[in-house]
Amino acid sequence: MRIESEKQLRDYRKKLVDADRKLTKKIMVCHGPGCLASGSEQISEEFTKQLAKKRIAGVTVEAVKKTGCHSFCEKSPLVAIEPAQILYTKVKVKDVAEIIEKSVAGDEVIERLVYHDPHSNEAIATYPDVPFYKYQTRLALRNLGKINACDIDDYIRVGGYDGAAKALLHMTPENVIDEITKSNLRGRGGGGFPAGRKWASCRAVESDVRYVVCNGDEGDPGAFMDRAIMEGDPHTVLEGMVVAAFAVGANDGYIYVREEYPLAVINLQKAIEQAEGLGLLGDNILGTGFSLRIHINRGAGAFVCGESSALMLSVAGNVGEPRAKYVRSVVKGLWDKPTVLNNVETYANVPLIITNGAEWFTSIGAPKNAGTKAFSLVGKVRHTGLIEVPMGTTLRRIVFDIGGGLLKDRPFKGVQTGGPSGGCLAEKHLDLSVDFDTLTTHGSMMGSGGMIVMDDRTCMVDVAKYFLSFLVSESCGKCIPCREGLYQLHKLAIAISEGRGTEQDIEKMERLSEMVVLGSLCGLGKSGPNPFLSTISNFRDEYLAHIRDHRCPAGVCRELITYEINPEKCDGCMACISACAVHAITGRKTKPHVINQELCTKCGACVAACTRDAIAVF
Amino acid sequence: MVTLTINGKVVQAEKGEYLLAVIRRMGIDVPALCHHEAVEPYGGCRLCMVEITKESWNGWKNHVTACLYPAEQDLIVSTHSDTIIELRKSLLDLFLARNPHTPLIQKLAAEHGLTKTTFEVVPEPNDCILCGICTRVCDEMGFSAISMVNRGHGREVAPPLHQPPPACVGCLACAQACPTRYIKYEDNGATRKIWDRTFELLTCEKTGRPTITREFAEYLSEHRDLPKEYFRVNDESHRGELVSTMAAITRWSVTEEKK
Repeated sequence: MRIESEKQLRDYRKKLVDADRKLTKKIMVCHGPGCLASGSEQISEEFTKQLAKKRIAGVTVEAVKKTGCHSFCEKSPLVAIEPAQILYTKVKVKDVAEIIEKSVAGDEVIERLVYHDPHSNEAIATYPDVPFYKYQTRLALRNLGKINACDIDDYIRVGGYDGAAKALLHMTPENVIDEITKSNLRGRGGGGFPAGRKWASCRAVESDVRYVVCNGDEGDPGAFMDRAIMEGDPHTVLEGMVVAAFAVGANDGYIYVREEYPLAVINLQKAIEQAEGLGLLGDNILGTGFSLRIHINRGAGAFVCGESSALMLSVAGNVGEPRAKYVRSVVKGLWDKPTVLNNVETYANVPLIITNGAEWFTSIGAPKNAGTKAFSLVGKVRHTGLIEVPMGTTLRRIVFDIGGGLLKDRPFKGVQTGGPSGGCLAEKHLDLSVDFDTLTTHGSMMGSGGMIVMDDRTCMVDVAKYFLSFLVSESCGKCIPCREGLYQLHKLAIAISEGRGTEQDIEKMERLSEMVVLGSLCGLGKSGPNPFLSTISNFRDEYLAHIRDHRCPAGVCRELITYEINPEKCDGCMACISACAVHAITGRKTKPHVINQELCTKCGACVAACTRDAIAVF
Repeated sequence: MVTLTINGKVVQAEKGEYLLAVIRRMGIDVPALCHHEAVEPYGGCRLCMVEITKESWNGWKNHVTACLYPAEQDLIVSTHSDTIIELRKSLLDLFLARNPHTPLIQKLAAEHGLTKTTFEVVPEPNDCILCGICTRVCDEMGFSAISMVNRGHGREVAPPLHQPPPACVGCLACAQACPTRYIKYEDNGATRKIWDRTFELLTCEKTGRPTITREFAEYLSEHRDLPKEYFRVNDESHRGELVSTMAAITRWSVTEEKK
């Protein structure tokens, strides 16, 4: 069937809601990548299998929902029982029978499977009470864990395509642009450019053809927000694009998804087919005469293709290299036609703004930074996962309340935000408001939203070296400052990490960085020196320790460290001896062991193997 | 026409004309290694960067490549500000680390007060400055026989899979356009060798001297609707102009085809 009026959409939804009311319980099994990797597919199958055999009033096999990412990836696989909002963590297939018996057929909570506070060991049964979820406001991620990603009915049931219907049936393109402009929605890909202004300037260009493009390239190491949205709630991306296309007058849309996200491609493809089937996408959407065809493009995994001009060249079938943007892509973008390019998360916010209004949106967040931002919280933090917080939330809240503090309660050293070309913030920045403007003023950036937490065992010279090496190999190589400048910065960082650096090298790197920022063609090069610039400004002492004292305070840089066994603590268990691949450790059982420094390759395997903390790093 | 100021002098330019053309017309020396009249501007070498501002910008300045920035009304351009000179010096320093033995780079660097790079010279340096003129000329001619391969620091100009390129017709446009003469070829009167492929050379009917390759002549008579004899002159006599002539012909015939 096709939905051709607002009434039909309302009736269709009513039918879905009524059918849903008949289910007294729902079992939300997370099918995000983390949970899938720890076996959630088998868990949902087991639920379906057992429910098919067992008769429970109000619970049919439809009660099992394969949902998008529940986001608390640390505790995967996750299963939630609705409507009681019970959250079960680290569920195994053998737990399924017990969950059905106690929490689906009955109303009992299995304490063993719920989240336990790491500090008090108190059991917390429902997810809104789990600190990880408590401080979040989920807008772009609103449907993750709540609906079946591959079922358009689920999306429509929770209010999906309402925004598109409102825009297409009750608003003019100008109204839509006004609303988005008033909402102050800024580009969630990291640039923070006002979406409304972008749309307005695209619409203002005279042209018979316009395009909308969605950037789903997300190449930052450790970032997976866009992936989660595309996999877990593909319709929200499509709906956002329908609204944008209607506003600027585009009839073709492209979603550029990186090759590493096959599930996102599958789910988006399914979503496109379903939406076209119901007349919510494709020709004559909702009977309004407006048409939008959305195509999926798969990127071959080049980081630079997240850059807008490179992305558009790549969509058009050329090598993805940036071009100078003195003529902006809203004027001359894809195939030289006016093009609006937004990121996945930006589009995910659009339907909500249309439905709830700009005022509602600006009431959330910080001044000039309305709404929320999704982050992937990773690194040495206790609760890694996907989070979404109002702009203006402090880093402290993110790391210590939502993230549960550092692993093994080690001292906090810094947090890297904004992906490889972002920056490292230090402890003194913990109370900073996380928003576009504040992060930029402090030498980091929002970026797409990767957040890597670091403890005292992270060496900042090593961190700069790592991110520089990433950027050196991901630079497209078209312009000299980026290709050669980042290469030389990396070489100098290596020299410092190996104890061969001088203080003049730091000055040289600072000068070179300035030139790379000034001279580079695209954003990759312009922000490329950030890993160095932010670490040198916040952790200069650590660089100086490498240079002056030939010492790596964090005990990371191989050339500058030695492992030694403390004979007082060593009980001669021989664990380190068997862990050492180069036979550098010798000793007899129950007698303290010794490391031969000549043979030692400083791999750290002995430290990991030692149960008595007897091996020290100097 | 628009009116703008370059280094304090008021000049007129066509609207949309690139700044580099205007600057060079004024006789101001701004280096550019990736710029070639036969092909579209590229913005890769960054040496032609200039500082721009406008009265209405309230002191805000921008740094752009003159080869790609279109002339605008009231633009104030400075081609040799301190920052720009410093930037050019750093870029040439980086070039010297990559192409330490290349005379063109050495000369340009020396003009900016640099005789030796302050950075570590790359392992196995060569004369390719990766300006992309050769690959762009090859594209423009309609062959695309060579291209940039790999990305980042491993970038190089090469035929597909480093094999003799089947699409090459031995026209020599790439070698002629190469500013550092890095692309090598051999002509022995009867044959020409380039990119590891050997081509047969035709002979000029008047002088008996070699002209263009058989493949190129065939391509031109087939695709560009030109008489076979058209190119049967000695190409040595107009080595330098060959590329631009070819590009102009290609463009001209492409527009003709569209009509």
